Amino acid sequence: MTERQAPAVLSDLDRNIINALQGGFPLTDTPYADVAATLGISETELLERLKSMLDTRVLTRFGPMFQVERMGGRFVLAAMAVPEPRFETVNAQVNALPEVAHNYRRDHAFNMWFVLATETPGGIDAAIARIEAETELPVYPFPKLKEYFVEMKLKA
Amino acid sequence: MEAIDSIDRALIVATQGGLPLVSRPYDALGETLGLPASEVQARMARLLETGVIRRMGAVPNHYALGYVANGMTVWDVDDAQIDALGEVVGQMACVTHCYKRPRHMPDWPYNLFAMVHGHDRAEVLAQAEQIAEQLGAAVRARDVLFSSKILKKTGLRLVG
Repeated sequence: MTERQAPAVLSDLDRNIINALQGGFPLTDTPYADVAATLGISETELLERLKSMLDTRVLTRFGPMFQVERMGGRFVLAAMAVPEPRFETVNAQVNALPEVAHNYRRDHAFNMWFVLATETPGGIDAAIARIEAETELPVYPFPKLKEYFVEMKLKA
Repeated sequence: MEAIDSIDRALIVATQGGLPLVSRPYDALGETLGLPASEVQARMARLLETGVIRRMGAVPNHYALGYVANGMTVWDVDDAQIDALGEVVGQMACVTHCYKRPRHMPDWPYNLFAMVHGHDRAEVLAQAEQIAEQLGAAVRARDVLFSSKILKKTGLRLVG
């Protein structure tokens, strides 16, 4: 189970790197050197800072972010209302499916919210059917009917 | 047209954990995949163009950045107005994701979802008030669901 991480103490340089690099990483032959030049640091220093921020989990990843729908796959948000005494058991059953990409506990009667990600559209229904069979609880799917905005960029 | 071919798929599997942290990362990927670096770069450029890659760069852990409160704000608004309202809410600086989703009556009357992130719950609630102001009289019911625990966070993983 993933516990919350305490806020990290970031240097000004780390903040600059995060704010400058949440997109637009170049496809040039020496992209780190090119980005480092715009930040006024050396390529070695940029690579060291990125490694360090990945090690300390300030960054979860450095690289491409994919949209599974554009590969023919699907992402679907789903929720369940899990009776509190069964929460840990149901959580283990849900998390055991590789199709469950994220899962959050939320303060509501619908207290478990997870994202199913599959390479094929049919995989979603199969995953939902399996969760319902194993937990004997209904799963409420919330497929996106329309996307108005997605831009997970946060100022460091 | 197929969205991706088998070489694209291999490239996705090779990069889904991250780009190599070496001076010439596309050369390194090319060596792994048996492709010239120029083809790796051309394929990644095309995947960016077609949106298979949404963007390239740093993915921060928002808790580490101090955004420890995340609220899923949910709204029941008139279906006839939702597209116009969703565009407005989506443009607000505090909103990171904004979607129209189905209702599940009678338990779930909400059709507009806007995710907001803040340094504490009070900041998230203030942002929800800003959204409420934008939505005005179109709001019939509303709620904010705070996350109290991350139960799993792996993201999509293709099996290579």
